[in-house]
Amino acid sequence: MNGFLGSYKRKDSKEGFLHEVAAVCVLTGKILLQNGAETYRVEDTMNRIANSFSVHDAQSFVTPTGIIFSIEDHDVTQLVRIRNRGTNLRKVTQVNTLSRRVAHGEVSLKDLHRDLLQIDRSTVAYSNSLQILAAAIASSCFLLMFLGKWQDFLPAFIAGGAGQAGMIYLHKLAKVKFFSEFMSSIFIGMVALVSVKLGIGVEMNKIIIGAVMPLVPGVPITNAVRDIMAGDLVAGLSKSAEAGLTAFAIGIGVTAAIVLG
Amino acid sequence: MHLFLVITIQSITSYLATCAFGIIFNSPFKPLIHGGLIGMIAWLIYFFLFHFSGNDFIATFAASLVIALMSQIFARLCKNPVILYSVSGIIPLVPGGLSYSVMSRAVDNNYDVAIYFAEKVFVLSGAIAMGLIFAEVFYQIFEKIKHRASRKITAGLFLSKK
Repeated sequence: MNGFLGSYKRKDSKEGFLHEVAAVCVLTGKILLQNGAETYRVEDTMNRIANSFSVHDAQSFVTPTGIIFSIEDHDVTQLVRIRNRGTNLRKVTQVNTLSRRVAHGEVSLKDLHRDLLQIDRSTVAYSNSLQILAAAIASSCFLLMFLGKWQDFLPAFIAGGAGQAGMIYLHKLAKVKFFSEFMSSIFIGMVALVSVKLGIGVEMNKIIIGAVMPLVPGVPITNAVRDIMAGDLVAGLSKSAEAGLTAFAIGIGVTAAIVLG
Repeated sequence: MHLFLVITIQSITSYLATCAFGIIFNSPFKPLIHGGLIGMIAWLIYFFLFHFSGNDFIATFAASLVIALMSQIFARLCKNPVILYSVSGIIPLVPGGLSYSVMSRAVDNNYDVAIYFAEKVFVLSGAIAMGLIFAEVFYQIFEKIKHRASRKITAGLFLSKK
């Protein structure tokens, strides 16, 4: 046996193999869930990988905060706790490509485990400055899409960039998402207020709505409703609670900036 | 002339905004370009349906149905996960600005306006989710029919050979 779990030196190799399949499936699910894949897609991918290693009676239960994976008729169950979640579609794509190759039987269990670890550790991403620039462009584009005035283009650009910069750097400082969202929306509110007071901007409300677009939980709310429609009730409800809290942080942040300013 | 200008500005801004969100979500480069196209088409559909009919539920539902169908097609063609395309496509439609308005009105003690906006957020996100799920179901039905048809043809071939 050329497995990777050295600790399972059991007598019957069947049980050890099942433990390895479960470990690989749970790792796949963890990467997918941490990087923003849909709940049912995570469950589906895990079951498919188990299937392609001829384990046909696997069960998986995925919530935003944890994964339980178990193989029926054997005492193999694994649980993994998910603490931080973000959106990194590059990793989702890589895992998807890998699982496609697994389904065609091109990858052995050991190679799959190694590749998954590599994907999990990789830090390839667009640079922070590019992300801030992207958020700034998105903010000013949203302003124009919502039929804002051309004069507000620059304030929305600056406010959107400030908000995203706050999100990135404050999140490194404190791992509490609520805090970094709140502080970033204070920045946005302040930039909008100052620009209107200086006479650069015209409509403060339009500037703010454009600038908070990279922060507001539009996509999480939609994902939550979709999860509920697809039958993942626990995942959907907890995601909508998280989205509501994010909207709350942004709402009070911007209002605090305007009231204090 | 005015309409032409509006269409141009709306297309360019929605394309750029969708691509920018792709960068924030760390999407690979090629799907970024395709996702921008999907976002642009969806936003134009939404924009015109909304301005001519005045009903944002129908406009959102139609746009998200188109997004999901296009995402399925792109995902099959490029062998990438569907979420890569659908997330960037729904970016212009999602009720993000509205969900901010809910909370800012609630903090301002305007609870009746906040509840009105909250209902709107729920209905619009429901419309997007419905569009996405319906497209997936349509695609599965289509695949099943195609599969059954091809099986019938091969079965017919085998029978004729015998």
